[in-house]
Amino acid sequence: MIYSAKVMDHFSNPRNVGELADANGIGEVGNAKCGDIMKIYLKIDHDIITDVSFKTFGCGAAVATSSMATELIKGKPIREALQMTNKAVVEALDGLPAVKIHCSVLAEEAVHAAIADYLVKQGKDPADYGVKVPHCEGSCGCCDHCGE
Amino acid sequence: MFVYADNAATTRIDPDVLQAMMPALQDLYGNPSTIYSKGREAHEALDRAREQVAKAINCRPNEVYFTSCGTESDNWAIRGIARHYASKKGKHIITTNIEHHAVLETLKAMEKEGYEVTFLPVNEEGFVTAEQVEQAIRPDTVLITVMTANNEIGSIQPIEEIVKVAKAHNVFVHTDAVQAVGHIPVDVQASGVDLLSLSGHKFHAPKGVGALYVRRGVIPDNLMNGGGQERNRRPGTENLAGILGLGAAIEKATANLERDMNYVSSLRDKLIEGIVKEIPCCKINTPSHDRLPGTVNVSIKYIEGESMLLMLDMNGICATSGSACASGDLDPSHVLLAIGLPHEVAHGSVRFSLCTKNTEEEVDYILSVLPKIAQRLRDMSPLWEEAKKNETF
Repeated sequence: MIYSAKVMDHFSNPRNVGELADANGIGEVGNAKCGDIMKIYLKIDHDIITDVSFKTFGCGAAVATSSMATELIKGKPIREALQMTNKAVVEALDGLPAVKIHCSVLAEEAVHAAIADYLVKQGKDPADYGVKVPHCEGSCGCCDHCGE
Repeated sequence: MFVYADNAATTRIDPDVLQAMMPALQDLYGNPSTIYSKGREAHEALDRAREQVAKAINCRPNEVYFTSCGTESDNWAIRGIARHYASKKGKHIITTNIEHHAVLETLKAMEKEGYEVTFLPVNEEGFVTAEQVEQAIRPDTVLITVMTANNEIGSIQPIEEIVKVAKAHNVFVHTDAVQAVGHIPVDVQASGVDLLSLSGHKFHAPKGVGALYVRRGVIPDNLMNGGGQERNRRPGTENLAGILGLGAAIEKATANLERDMNYVSSLRDKLIEGIVKEIPCCKINTPSHDRLPGTVNVSIKYIEGESMLLMLDMNGICATSGSACASGDLDPSHVLLAIGLPHEVAHGSVRFSLCTKNTEEEVDYILSVLPKIAQRLRDMSPLWEEAKKNETF
């Protein structure tokens, strides 16, 4: 299994890593049993993502997709950020090994979860913005979601 | 600095071993099965290598059969014994749940073919007991296969005691000694095993050559059909260069075994002590006794193994992990789960495996790099954030 240079760059020099003290939208997806947890912190001002950071427990691809996802949504209106697909993350990283695609799904879900958290706190309905409810892809095969 | 610390995965070819192989890659090209001088000299070289292996594990040369690798030896021993003796004895096989895939997957495939397999659990240090084996023996048990030493955590199983209970019930014993041969004393007369698998590339011979010891009088059915090589048991023109390498390597690895074990153990102990001292919240998965000299398996909690390996690699250190992500599997290592580690702790494991070629300076280097990597990844980890609130350091 070989990672692209872009993946290795984002793994070894992750952008926007850490906590955001004044975050007003926080989303966490994944679980430790599967080996991936992503937590995204958003600072949103008038529906614009003015700052973003992440913390991730996971493999090289998990760190790199988190880092790239934060780069892709920084400065964007939330409706635009919600259009960011896992495929866009994969393409921006010049591809991922097939077994690591679920990391990009997790990154997309973490963004949605953080935006949902913000919207709920604002008294808004995430569904009105097209926020996807994170769902298990069944891709890791080791958690209760997969019926084991 | 470059540090190769994955010797349980494979080893580099020793320069003396390479020298021993060279004739077979040059002038010694005859087919050992032919009768003219070119063939006879190849056959003589083959015989010498067989004697080297026999001497190293204390058996007769005609009890050594060369194979292509440890996996082939395991497959041959298990399938061969089962096929030959199932009609007389039965179709039940006993093993452990920490065997190498070469054994586990063979047995899982055989379950589908109508064999019944008991997978014995190990304790939290990674050991099975002879009592467990005895309790599992049934009238229809045809074979017990238990590894001599575990490849991931290094636990050494009580093979001699297992053989004693097996003999009392007239059951054959095979052991996968791939991680043991060349690293700890292996004596088939003392242990009494009926079959033993070994692999050259684990002790500085090339890849692609192994051997199976088969006690005289024990008859595993052949895996393959073909010519009369290896006394009609294992057809196929011999990999003479590999076999000469295996012979030279096993002789060299066992020549000063005690001295080498002491040296490698001292490196292992230094590495374990340093890790425990420098990195909070880690768990040493290698047992504290009955273990291989070179194996260090540690779980560094709240971080993930593949990330660690990538960062170690950026620092020139080759190691491996039981993390699912590192192997491309869905689940983390079956061995780490078998010793009772939760999934998330198993995901954070890293294994260093040392040999005589490693130095104290290299261990110092690993110890200067690993704590920083652990800290860097923990600073990124949401689990560490939580843990810091709950754990006291």
